[in-house]
Amino acid sequence: MIGNLVLRGFIVGILAGLLAFGWAKVFAERSIGTAITFESAQDQAKEAAAVAAGRQPEPEAQEIFSRTVQSGIGLLTGLVVIGAGIGCLFAIMFAFANGRLGDLGPGPTAAWLAFLSLMTVYVIPALKYPANPPSVGEPATIKYRTGLYFLMMAISIAATMGAYLLRRRLVGRYGSWNGSLIAIAAYLVVVIFFFLILPGINEVPPTFPAVTLYNFRLASLITQIILWGAVGVMFGYAGTAALAGKD
Amino acid sequence: MSEVDHKSIATVMDIPLQVSIPVKRILPWAIVGALIAVLAFYFVGAEQGATHLISGMGIHEFVHDARHLLGFPCH
Repeated sequence: MIGNLVLRGFIVGILAGLLAFGWAKVFAERSIGTAITFESAQDQAKEAAAVAAGRQPEPEAQEIFSRTVQSGIGLLTGLVVIGAGIGCLFAIMFAFANGRLGDLGPGPTAAWLAFLSLMTVYVIPALKYPANPPSVGEPATIKYRTGLYFLMMAISIAATMGAYLLRRRLVGRYGSWNGSLIAIAAYLVVVIFFFLILPGINEVPPTFPAVTLYNFRLASLITQIILWGAVGVMFGYAGTAALAGKD
Repeated sequence: MSEVDHKSIATVMDIPLQVSIPVKRILPWAIVGALIAVLAFYFVGAEQGATHLISGMGIHEFVHDARHLLGFPCH
């Protein structure tokens, strides 16, 4: 039965990836395109300045894939692969959560799980280290930035799991509502503490258009909402059917 | 979707399915599921960025837009 759940999660995840691609292709690619135009203009200006100063301009990095490939089949592949990964992970979390998240049916369990996962895996890490469009970010600091991003993600996952365990212990003593509030308060204290002590990353070029930055980050959030939302809702049905069927 | 499909889904959703699956039975599958998820996140999110298993920039450049859009650090 669990293998069946994972298979259904995998398929549902691929479908969610296709949906996210539809959204990204129609709306998100605009801000990516604007950012890349800005990046090219900056590179050209740098080159011109180097030539004017009598220096040899840096050799242009060779283009491996055209923009058409990157914004088409490349984007599709990336989103579908992530969707499939999210779907498999989701099926496992659902197998653990169903019947253990209180008196919810499988549909609401899947929906809650999707909401909590979206918050934990994307929203909280992105509040500290928001998504950046092309041309934002120093290539030299990629290791540092990747490390901090995944560290923030790990802290967020640990905080959510900690809050869940804490709530379970408190509910018996203080009741469902009070126990939940205390657990949420403890969660917020931990998350805000790490927001404050982890170093900030501020590498947006001063002349980068603020509107493009905002639109890109909004597009990134909506991409993640589509991925997790679609997986949660579709898995509510697919998982329920798997539970109802025989092994 | 036909009327019949609607009914069958509604019926399926109404069956109480609160049964929690024993953790022991989930664990082997949890490893499989987690492995697929980690591979997906790694190759779309970080390969040929901060670190690499395969040399070159092919994977990085191919999934470039998805990596940016999903919020992973890129470049």
